[in-house]
Amino acid sequence: MNGKPLVSIVSAGMSRFGKLDGFLAREIFAGAAKEAFSRCPKLDPKSDIKAVFIGHMGEAYEHQGHMGAAIADWAGLKGVPVTRTESACASSGAALRAGIYAAMSGLADVVLVGGVEKMTHRTTAEVTEYLAMASDYPFEQWNGITFPGLFAMMATAHMHKYGTTEEQMAMVAVKNHYYGSLNPKAHMQKEVTLQAAMASRYVAWPLKIYDCSLITDGASCIILTKPELASKYTDAPVHIVGSGQASDTIGLYERQSLTSLNATKLAAKAAYEMANVKPQNIELAEVHDCFTFAELMAYENLGFCPAGEGGKLVESGETRLEGRIPVNISGGLKAKGHPVGATGTAQAYEIYLQLTDQAGKRQVKDAKVGLTHNVGGSGATAAVHIYRRDR
Amino acid sequence: MSTQEPFSIEQFYKFLQQHKLMAGKCLKCGKIHLPPRPLCDNCLSQEFEWVSISGKGKLLTYTIINVAPELFQALTPYAVGIVQLEDGLKIPGMIQGVTQEQLKIGMELTLDFGSCSTTKQWHQWPRYCFKCEA
Repeated sequence: MNGKPLVSIVSAGMSRFGKLDGFLAREIFAGAAKEAFSRCPKLDPKSDIKAVFIGHMGEAYEHQGHMGAAIADWAGLKGVPVTRTESACASSGAALRAGIYAAMSGLADVVLVGGVEKMTHRTTAEVTEYLAMASDYPFEQWNGITFPGLFAMMATAHMHKYGTTEEQMAMVAVKNHYYGSLNPKAHMQKEVTLQAAMASRYVAWPLKIYDCSLITDGASCIILTKPELASKYTDAPVHIVGSGQASDTIGLYERQSLTSLNATKLAAKAAYEMANVKPQNIELAEVHDCFTFAELMAYENLGFCPAGEGGKLVESGETRLEGRIPVNISGGLKAKGHPVGATGTAQAYEIYLQLTDQAGKRQVKDAKVGLTHNVGGSGATAAVHIYRRDR
Repeated sequence: MSTQEPFSIEQFYKFLQQHKLMAGKCLKCGKIHLPPRPLCDNCLSQEFEWVSISGKGKLLTYTIINVAPELFQALTPYAVGIVQLEDGLKIPGMIQGVTQEQLKIGMELTLDFGSCSTTKQWHQWPRYCFKCEA
């Protein structure tokens, strides 16, 4: 557990996640940025921040392209170089990776990395179509295959190969909704019973309403510095000690495996090696539960359990707060919500809060090593980051 | 078979319109690409030949879609799956004419060109589907 810090997080901010009627993406982001600025009084945002990277997936939602510039301006950072990154639901995981490149290159000592999406003003049919744009157009979208449909096909194959059950998937929903109820910024702050989750109607068999993450508005950001500058801004920096990002075929149908995400495995391997840690050293993780089944698959692909045993792991309770490896204690995409462009840095925000003892009722005690896992599309992009607090 | 046609998805669909399922075979390493590609992802060659693929295959996985984009809403619920053809090639598509109870991983399906029709969308590509030969 002695990986050298790549960069250090000195602050973080996140809007409330939910249905934020009457506000545009740029306005929602401004609130997240303000929280990060307020949390770090020694930082002068206008003069210190030298680069901005913004994850944002869809122009269609607000009929707004070129979102990076709008975001930087509304965050009070007009003039600073800003780049929007788009990697579907991993857009801000990719922004984080880009921010690390920038800080490590020496071109930008302090970098604001964030993401945003405004989705809830659109109908479910529209959102379904916009999200599906991140899948393969000529064969998947062309044949009416949706995002829930792609993950459902992976779930079907996993059930067939390993005996994973719909009930095990529902247990992810129950767990994440419970933790969402402890997160004052979560979209859904109420618990759900296993019976209610199992009784909800199918979106794409075997995935039901309660297996799907939420259509949410929200923004998140973190502020990175070169490690040697962190102490200038905070007494409690969180270091990023491992970073992995990988890609795969855009079409699910061209992949070797339908029951695992190779991009996750590649990104995790790179991050673990860089951080010099093993999966068993991870003390808490925020993983990409865009669907409950995706959390089970993430357990396996991140090495928290052997292939095929994700269902058993959730059943064992070991991924609850008091367990061996607490997962998605923020409520995850499932209950906290999934404003797609904001998700990657919202995961980093949660790990930052947890490692600096600011997570309130859902605090994981004395945690030092955390992991985030952000997936784009049906797995054509994955970004894995490992965080360490030196206590 | 002429080798003049570009190894493109557009050309794949032109063949499909003619009721031919065609893939691009790399002349250097032998990898078969479905859909065809202009650059072999294995050996980076640009030399290909067209090979005809049988439309018979086995169902690898499937789902029943209930929530669909507007264009497909009239069809819900509909089954889609990924079908494994010869040489390990895989292709997704709708599965028509079977009930959910009849759908089984490993069942034999055949690509059906008959359902092909052009749409008002951006591309004037035909649509195909898979059917169970009973």
